[in-house]
Amino acid sequence: MQLFTRARGPVRRGPLRRSLCAVLLAAGACLALAGCGGSSGSSGKGTLVIYSAQHPETTAAIVAAFTKQTGIKVELKNDDEDVLTAQLEQEGSRSPADIFYTENSNWLQQLDDKGMLASVPSSTLARVPSRDNAANGKWLGVSGRYSVLIYNPGKISASQLPTTAEALADPKYKGKLELAPAETDFWPIITSMIRAHGRQAALTWLEGLKANAGSDDHTPDNETLVGDVSKGDADMGLINHYYYYRIRAEMGAANFHAKLAWLAPRDPGFVEDISGAAELKSAPHPAAAQKFLAFLVSQAGQNVIAHSKSFEYPLVSGVAPNAELPATSTLKPNPITPAQIGTGIDARNLLRQAGLI
Amino acid sequence: MATLSPPRTAAWMTRRRRPAREIGLLVVAGIIALALLSPLALVALDAHSAGWGEIHRTLFRARSVMLLRHTVVLAAIVAVAAALLGTGTAWLTERAALPARRLWTVLLVLPVAVPDFVVSYAWHSFAPRIPSLLGASIVMTLGTYPLVYLPVAAALRRADPSMEEAAHSLGVGRVATFRRVTLPLVRTAIIGGCVLVVLTVISEFGAFEILGYQTFTTEIFTEFQFDARAAGSLAIPLVLLGLAVLLAEGLLPGRTVAGSAPRRAVRPVRLRRMTVPAMAGLGALVVLAVGVPVGTIVYWMAAAQQTTLPAAATLTSATLTTLSYSAAGAAAAVVLALPVALISLRRSTVPRTVLERSTYLTKALPGVVIALSLVFFATRYAFGLYETSTLLVVAYVILNFPLALVCVKASVAHVPPRLTDVGRSLGRGPVAVFVRVTLPLLAPGLLAGFCLVFLTAVTELTATLVLAPIGVQTLATQFWAFQQNIAYSAAAPYALVMLALAVIPGTLLGLWFDRERSTRA
Repeated sequence: MQLFTRARGPVRRGPLRRSLCAVLLAAGACLALAGCGGSSGSSGKGTLVIYSAQHPETTAAIVAAFTKQTGIKVELKNDDEDVLTAQLEQEGSRSPADIFYTENSNWLQQLDDKGMLASVPSSTLARVPSRDNAANGKWLGVSGRYSVLIYNPGKISASQLPTTAEALADPKYKGKLELAPAETDFWPIITSMIRAHGRQAALTWLEGLKANAGSDDHTPDNETLVGDVSKGDADMGLINHYYYYRIRAEMGAANFHAKLAWLAPRDPGFVEDISGAAELKSAPHPAAAQKFLAFLVSQAGQNVIAHSKSFEYPLVSGVAPNAELPATSTLKPNPITPAQIGTGIDARNLLRQAGLI
Repeated sequence: MATLSPPRTAAWMTRRRRPAREIGLLVVAGIIALALLSPLALVALDAHSAGWGEIHRTLFRARSVMLLRHTVVLAAIVAVAAALLGTGTAWLTERAALPARRLWTVLLVLPVAVPDFVVSYAWHSFAPRIPSLLGASIVMTLGTYPLVYLPVAAALRRADPSMEEAAHSLGVGRVATFRRVTLPLVRTAIIGGCVLVVLTVISEFGAFEILGYQTFTTEIFTEFQFDARAAGSLAIPLVLLGLAVLLAEGLLPGRTVAGSAPRRAVRPVRLRRMTVPAMAGLGALVVLAVGVPVGTIVYWMAAAQQTTLPAAATLTSATLTTLSYSAAGAAAAVVLALPVALISLRRSTVPRTVLERSTYLTKALPGVVIALSLVFFATRYAFGLYETSTLLVVAYVILNFPLALVCVKASVAHVPPRLTDVGRSLGRGPVAVFVRVTLPLLAPGLLAGFCLVFLTAVTELTATLVLAPIGVQTLATQFWAFQQNIAYSAAAPYALVMLALAVIPGTLLGLWFDRERSTRA
């Protein structure tokens, strides 16, 4: 059985080493080639760098309009908002980013808490209602979304629907609710419930939601939740309004079986979430960054948002939202502000306590 | 290193010892291992800055027990299933008279190149009520069995079939021959593949998220949304699990078998009555692993209301970028894996084994942790590299090094040292011997390693989003951007191109093997 020897014999192939060096050099060359060849995008001097966690298509359209108007070139880096926030924190003062543009204001608040944001010029801040900006003027509100109920009329009739967030925890909805607790959109509702009813009542409410959702208590994202409701796998869920419109547009009304229901005026579950932008303190191109912030809330910038398929509400008065959406004046959300929503730390702690994350 | 084990015989010592070269190889391997392990430093830093109180709060709660149980149970199920599927399919394509064998070789490796999101979305759509453990087991097994298939097929290709044929001719049944002769020949490859599978399961995120199966890694991502540093401490259990897996592998009785290179072509085993069931089995596997996701992609394109198809130019440039980054990453990973594979196989001592095993550890970490650690290091110590494609290629190497190592190791095991000695004794220089003797023998493993890393890098998303130079798009990032927008129809072509790219390495492997066969026959 000569073949069945262990492969643990002494080293007999010293010569290999020299060849290995040659191969390693070749690999080095290969890496260098990849490094030089594809190297960094086109971020030359004077190119504004935007880290964006917003709807990529709409953002690209805003950027194109901005470049057309100002002649300033822009490089976009898209990723999820939590990852971009972490990346900005790791990069610190050496970040190549000028602007952070994101879907939920709590991330901007988190960066501001770490002292990483520059002040937004007051003339820019003045374009949008002051309640939609950071209290200290470090970030700018750009567009808004509202929390709504989505339901499948084949599973639950409109008259049976709850009209308040509080009622969602009612045991009569057991097995009818689907939850996506890890979605950032869900936290402002919790913060609002804490503000309205106190921490203990909010916890009891969350536990009620968890009990009603049963095994549907950890849907990963709102897209999945909307899809499940449309298919009738779930009766209803809490989402931000634009998921409903976007998914209906993608799937076509004929294939889409979910409906939208607004909560009662001023209900703590009826919350406006703000998408915002900020200039980083370390921005290599502060002047261009300020021009971009101003453009976001200019008539032209807000028009791009209003006409896009992202179905967000523009914040500047006089700019009408997408025609498919109800007019801003008809909506009566709870008065909670983004500043009160903060970084969402209380919401997180409560979610943990309720065992939802 | 001062801990080289004493040589076995005095004669060997006087005739063969070349300490300088020995140490040179060890130093090279040591540097590679250290570089690969650097992301662990950030986990430690994060954990340190989060503080013990936070770690304690994050790790020691009732939920952790559930997460640990989920992770371990799933890893065990998937490892066993992938080992069976991977080894079985490798035997069929390498040893059996299988009709359309080359086509199967290509199809069988494709699942690695299907984006997680597509697979899980497909399963979630087709079977929304599938229990999450079953769903996760199916998706992960279908996605990871090629990690066993490729190294085992490469090892079989290199293993001399004459032993098996002799056993069979002496009246040993096919099953017994497989168990007693073939299995020992491919043991290293199977175990190595299983380690990869387990580490992949531990660090997987996307698939579980959609299927609603909660593990430590899905928890890291949730935690990430609140506090990146606490997420860093959550990576600790993953590192420990990874260590446990590697330790378990090390404790398995070592019966690595060095076969000799095949002197002639394989005489394929005729399947006879089993041909139809074998083909049906392979067909079912391919339908589940490739057909279901491809069907989903085609459905997206057909059912879409918005026909926002991407511009051809965007698709082309994303394809070229993906191709060059993935190929560079795969080439570098294979080349770097060579010295590490050599040090552990030529002589096995504790320090060498530890060094080699340590390079697997990062595979247990989710991509986002690795990517952010590279952001940390590059912005502080190598700013010139930041936002360059070089850093992304480095990330691909760190993320996928073990894939290359397993394949290279499996074929190094089949290079008999005496062959190179013969080459040397015939007066050839070391380079000539390496190029003309060693390299051809290692080639299947190197090629398999290249293909595996390439395939995985093509669909890599997390690190690519974080580290790709600003403004540069790959197929995966474009797919992601549209999928984020719920523009599935626009995302679909990118997924199809990723699959098309995956056909290339599969075909290369098949073609190369056929050439080998015909030249030897």
